[in-house]
Amino acid sequence: MNVLVYLVPMALALGLSGLFAFLWSVRTGQYDDLDGAAVRILDDGDLRDVS
Amino acid sequence: MIDTLERMGYGAHPFAVRGSEDEDKRAARQLLKYLAVAGFAAMNIMLLSVSVWSGNVTDITPETRDFFHWLSALIALPAAAYAGQPFFRSAWAALRSASVNMDVPISLGIVLALGLSVIETVNHAEHAYFDSAVMLLFFLLCGRYLDRAMRARTRAAAGNLAAYRAATAHKLDAKQQLVEVPAASLKPGDLIVVRPGDRVPADGNVVKGTSDIDENLITGETAGRSITPGMLIYAGSQNLSGALTLRITAAGERTLLDEIERLLDKAVVSKSRTVQLADAAARYYAPIVHTAAALTLAGWLLTGAGLHSAVVVAISVLIITCPCALALAVPAVQVVAAGRLFRSGIFLNAGDAIERLAEVDTVVFDKTGTLTLPELRVVNASAIDPAMLQAAARLALSSHHPLAAAVRRHHANGEPFPDAVEEPGQGIRTQVDGMELRLGSAAFCNVMVPEDLALEHDGASLIAFRCGKRSTVFAVHQALRSDAVDTVAALAALGIELHILSGDRSAAVEPLARELRIASWQAGMKPAEKVAVLEGLKARNRRVLMVGDGINDAPSLAAANVSMSPIGASDISQAHADAIFLGDRLQPVLTAVLIARYARRLMRQNLWLAVIYNAVAVPVAVAGMVTPLIAAAAMSGSSSLVTLNALRALSPAIQAARAENPVLPVKTL
Repeated sequence: MNVLVYLVPMALALGLSGLFAFLWSVRTGQYDDLDGAAVRILDDGDLRDVS
Repeated sequence: MIDTLERMGYGAHPFAVRGSEDEDKRAARQLLKYLAVAGFAAMNIMLLSVSVWSGNVTDITPETRDFFHWLSALIALPAAAYAGQPFFRSAWAALRSASVNMDVPISLGIVLALGLSVIETVNHAEHAYFDSAVMLLFFLLCGRYLDRAMRARTRAAAGNLAAYRAATAHKLDAKQQLVEVPAASLKPGDLIVVRPGDRVPADGNVVKGTSDIDENLITGETAGRSITPGMLIYAGSQNLSGALTLRITAAGERTLLDEIERLLDKAVVSKSRTVQLADAAARYYAPIVHTAAALTLAGWLLTGAGLHSAVVVAISVLIITCPCALALAVPAVQVVAAGRLFRSGIFLNAGDAIERLAEVDTVVFDKTGTLTLPELRVVNASAIDPAMLQAAARLALSSHHPLAAAVRRHHANGEPFPDAVEEPGQGIRTQVDGMELRLGSAAFCNVMVPEDLALEHDGASLIAFRCGKRSTVFAVHQALRSDAVDTVAALAALGIELHILSGDRSAAVEPLARELRIASWQAGMKPAEKVAVLEGLKARNRRVLMVGDGINDAPSLAAANVSMSPIGASDISQAHADAIFLGDRLQPVLTAVLIARYARRLMRQNLWLAVIYNAVAVPVAVAGMVTPLIAAAAMSGSSSLVTLNALRALSPAIQAARAENPVLPVKTL
């Protein structure tokens, strides 16, 4: 049972890292526009003039 | 900075975004964070709890169990304190105003469950309820997040469409030069030029020019009004024939909207607050549950149990009755039904609109732009030689006149004649293969209008077309929405009372009412009179759905029990409508009513399911036989049942509502 002493904190740490990654993604606005990325390929604004 | 840009020759103007958008985005992010924290806590605590449950029937040592309980507490307490905020705040606000909403029993249940669990943990007891409390929180936050996402999507769609209509005006500057400026930057005293086909951007007095204007967005009147210098015209009307120069009397839309805004304020205030199904349930629910818990406590004390075990049992009653299913019962159906409406081209503005739509027994229609299409159509197109129609449509491509737009839509591909010349106020002409083509007034084209045509299409505008020696006359009219007759008949078949209230002349309303078989119609109605009629209907205890689009309809939209607007409606109408529908058809009105009625039936079923669940669970809890395992199973079981039942709103049980509705794109803009 002593194995629990470090297995449980490890599991929690893994879970927490997932939570913080998610919170970070929310904070950087990655869920603000869920549909924009799909149509971004149609935007020509970033094309450089190659002529 | 704007001044600097101006000096450098670039006119800059602040771009006004809808102010609430940022606020919304922040609230949505916050909710997502709450959800993430609750989800994390629920999963980890469940992991620990399952170990404890399986350990309890096998060989877990008390030390390990305590360790797991303390770990759970460590996760649950901060998580609940953070993620429970929306519920605690709402419950506190309700309690302070001496009322009870669904959040009160929720908050109480969560707090008591956590408190009891901590006490039990301290006493090295077998059971703790951390998992129940946090799981409850997670389920409820899921419901809230879905609800918000649905409404945000509606707003985004409406906002995008409004952006297409960004208004500009042609202003005469100090050097008498015409510059294009945003309508929002106009000031009283400015001189502007309104070209034929343009919308008037601000109220003003005509200084120069004569024309006809179409004021149907403001008054509902479809016949044009002749304008001569000195007359006052209002923002929103459309200039039909000649160029006008205006001196602005009021910028924005102030003067015209003054009366309408006052009416609106009154209508919004006097709008009887409809009691929502969930709140009504909460009103009965909370006292019953709390009494049951108190009686349980008293009962166990009387039968000689110790204070500690009596309190434990009483709290377990509160936990098991914590309205998980009840709180999900209504929102889950709302979200699914709103998604269904969204796919049918109906956007909801108000969250409780579904419940109000379901109660509708009277529908009041505006005429122009609601029963009829907002734009003009050639009504005698089928009687015209297709080759002539094509030629006329191709010529019309070169004109900005709204009547030409009606002809234009009959052209297959957009290649205009190379050198068409527009004669303002008369028509458009060109030379093709040595043949003269003219489209415009009868005099301009030298065409005699057949008398029977003028009689047959009473109220229509007539435009003539000459192609060499041949000629024809188009009758241009606001046509009924293609399925208006069927939709109105289907609504009547549902036993719904129908009325038409129009600002237009009786001559225009009467034939239309006859065609739609709507017996009750009134023409020439002013905004205040429309509101009065609606109040009269409400006084007779009718639940009124108002469908309208014009600025003149905005007060009635606010005054009705529930309201819908087509997407072509004025901004102010859209802001006050509970739902907005897309497309050229009237079908969405019927669809909305049918889906709403079906959704209400599901909501009722769900509430009954929750009641049955409680009827089974409460006796078990009162008997003191609830363990955390049973609580968790009962809670997730009832929640899943209610959610699955809500998903039935997706099933194609509503036959009439299945008629295909083109959702996007919106061609009319």
